[in-house]
Amino acid sequence: MTPRQKRFSLIIGGIVVLALAAGFVLNAFQSNLVFFFTPTQVAQGEAPKNKVFRVGGMVKEGSVKRDQTVIEFVVTDTARDIPVRYSGLLPDLFKEGKGVVAQGRLDEQGLFVASEVLAKHDENYMPPEAQHALDKATAAKAGQTVKP
Amino acid sequence: MIPELGHFALILAAVVALIQGVLPLAGTVRENLAWQALARPSAALQFGLVAVAFACLTSSFLANDFSVSYVAQHSNTLLPKPYQVAAVWGGHEGSLLLWVLLLALWSVSVALFSRSLPLAMVARVLSVLGLISTGFLAFILTTSNPFERLLPAAPEGRDLNPLLQDPGLVIHPPMLYMGYVGMSVAFAFAISALLSGRLDAAWARWSRPWTVIAWTFLTFGIGLGSWWAYYELGWGGWWFWDPVENASLMPWLVGTALIHSLMVTEKRGSFKAWTVLLAIAAFSLSLLGTFLVRSGVLTSVHAFASDPSRGIFILIFLALVVGSSLTLFAWRAPQVTLGGSMGLLSRESLLLSNSVILVVATAAVLLGTIYPLIIDALNLGKLSVGPPYFNLVFAPLMVPLLFIMIPGTVAHWREARLSDIVRELRVVGLLALALALLLPFAMGAWSLGVVLGLFLGLWIALGTLQQVLFRVRKPGRIGASFWGMHLAHFGMAVLVIGITGVKSYEVERDVRMGLGEQVTIAPYSFKLVGLQEVKGPNYNAVRGEFDVFKDGQFLEKMYPEKRRYFSSAMPMTEAAIDSGFMRDLYVSLGESLGGTPAQWSVRVYYKPFVPWLWAGVLLMVAGGLLAALDRRYRRAVNKAAQPA
Repeated sequence: MTPRQKRFSLIIGGIVVLALAAGFVLNAFQSNLVFFFTPTQVAQGEAPKNKVFRVGGMVKEGSVKRDQTVIEFVVTDTARDIPVRYSGLLPDLFKEGKGVVAQGRLDEQGLFVASEVLAKHDENYMPPEAQHALDKATAAKAGQTVKP
Repeated sequence: MIPELGHFALILAAVVALIQGVLPLAGTVRENLAWQALARPSAALQFGLVAVAFACLTSSFLANDFSVSYVAQHSNTLLPKPYQVAAVWGGHEGSLLLWVLLLALWSVSVALFSRSLPLAMVARVLSVLGLISTGFLAFILTTSNPFERLLPAAPEGRDLNPLLQDPGLVIHPPMLYMGYVGMSVAFAFAISALLSGRLDAAWARWSRPWTVIAWTFLTFGIGLGSWWAYYELGWGGWWFWDPVENASLMPWLVGTALIHSLMVTEKRGSFKAWTVLLAIAAFSLSLLGTFLVRSGVLTSVHAFASDPSRGIFILIFLALVVGSSLTLFAWRAPQVTLGGSMGLLSRESLLLSNSVILVVATAAVLLGTIYPLIIDALNLGKLSVGPPYFNLVFAPLMVPLLFIMIPGTVAHWREARLSDIVRELRVVGLLALALALLLPFAMGAWSLGVVLGLFLGLWIALGTLQQVLFRVRKPGRIGASFWGMHLAHFGMAVLVIGITGVKSYEVERDVRMGLGEQVTIAPYSFKLVGLQEVKGPNYNAVRGEFDVFKDGQFLEKMYPEKRRYFSSAMPMTEAAIDSGFMRDLYVSLGESLGGTPAQWSVRVYYKPFVPWLWAGVLLMVAGGLLAALDRRYRRAVNKAAQPA
């Protein structure tokens, strides 16, 4: 091969490998996006049925029930509620009346089966997603009172 | 008084940094030697001033001066002394001050250890570092002043976040920052080379030891962070693909590509433009990491600030750095000469593959890390990218990368013959394959993933050993960089085997336990024999007492704790870990489930090979240090410094 051909094949080879890698990365990326929904959005049926997503808001007061290591609780954005079931150990800062974000999927009965309840690292810290859910619900309510 | 002194020193430091950033550089343009000569003393002066500021803040912490707002927020009279010192960088303002202190330390080191470099080069490098420092000092003084007074003074401080009250966390940030900031030296050398128009082997040789040291610190810092997460967060994970971890991994990946690419530039004079781009990218990613971690855009333990003006400042600074350095690159790159030619199969081409794979991996991590932020910023909804994405993308990219590590060290420069490489490595390859196929039978379940991981680890380990043996038999002095490289490669092998082992054979049990109950992960069983209240200096804790048996024989006692710190309602999990050569046993208390006798949720984990992760990191660190301290660099610098 002449040096010119050599360089050419090197460049072509490089581009093919890069294109393959990029295609592969984007494909993996597409199938692993986890979207976030507020309890109101879930109640309105906006959440996907057979896909993992996140829901966030506040743990409703008095809603936590335990059976062995299975925990059931209700996540609320003050407007709508969504029941959640989780089996496993909860993060240290999981508490009634505090913000929470859970990741999982909806079952047929509308129960959110969580595979993960996200840990937080500071007692005063509100997960942005949970805060967002509460703000949205508050804004929606305010909107209703303004427009009779 | 002391805080005002610190504040004043910081303002002076900013002025000196500006002088250091502008005058020597202007001196190189106007060929004014006196201005160029200002670089070294101003770097030293700037370091002195920042050190004074840092000492002032530290003394405010040790004196429990709660009239300083930053101290009041991050310390407490009950906080043990070592943590009061660590609390200096336990928050946003102080950690930035640490950033600038370390930048000044790097600058003054360059000033000290560059006696044999041409003055113009030193002037340019220190100017670039001075400009970076000016930016950060301006940032601290305008948005994040750690010396701000709180009037009236708080009677008591709020305490350091309990998660950060830990020996690992005392040294993790300084080490990580040494790595981040060290990349600025590699960047400064690259920019200086672009400015001078002399992008040659000499530049690569000067830059190499600095880059390797920065990489070494970064490796150590990331390792410490991972170790901390493993034992302190209480759920036994050591890598979460958390955006903050990604922020430190990206400069590491590009930095790894950079130290390899610099070698090609030094030895063969090729890849010059590529190496410069990698240096710019490594530093830009360090800045991006600082932005991600410190701006509060992320949901994380590291996100201190949520003041948007801070995020915007860093973002603008980042845009300036990237924009101006890429402009300079575009202007100068056409003048860059090509180096020696390289064959389709040669050490150069294998090292180029290494670079490309590492850059693709970085791009993949970058995509997964910032995409959610961009979508959120554009108000297109909230989403996250889960660990499965990173695992799915990262593993296949690492397989070829790890595989070519050994051929890359065996192949000849310029032109290598496949038959030579195969002949040299076939025994090692077959041995690694045989062991990888057989060992899983001894370790537990056999699976393709285990075989692949073990093969790659053994391939690197055995290939490295073979080359060391070959070299030792030959006559001639062996340089420290030879040992450094192979030690670091061997560390990677240990790390790969460790990751394979822990991912494949870990056993995790989350159970509900009462006193006297027992849980078994063969061959170990764990029996809860006691629960006591214990008192620490600034917390109360419940301490579990576990008897651990192996094959029915008593082995030891383990004491996990659940702590409640006085200053916050936040409970903390202190896991009990027993490390062996091949495995960790890991017990942590979840939460009290009430009942009589008391019931607790408990995590009991069997984690094989975890100590190998830390051993691998330490070997890489040792290798990096050895390589950076090679006498060759000092000699080479002397040679290069002689006037042509």
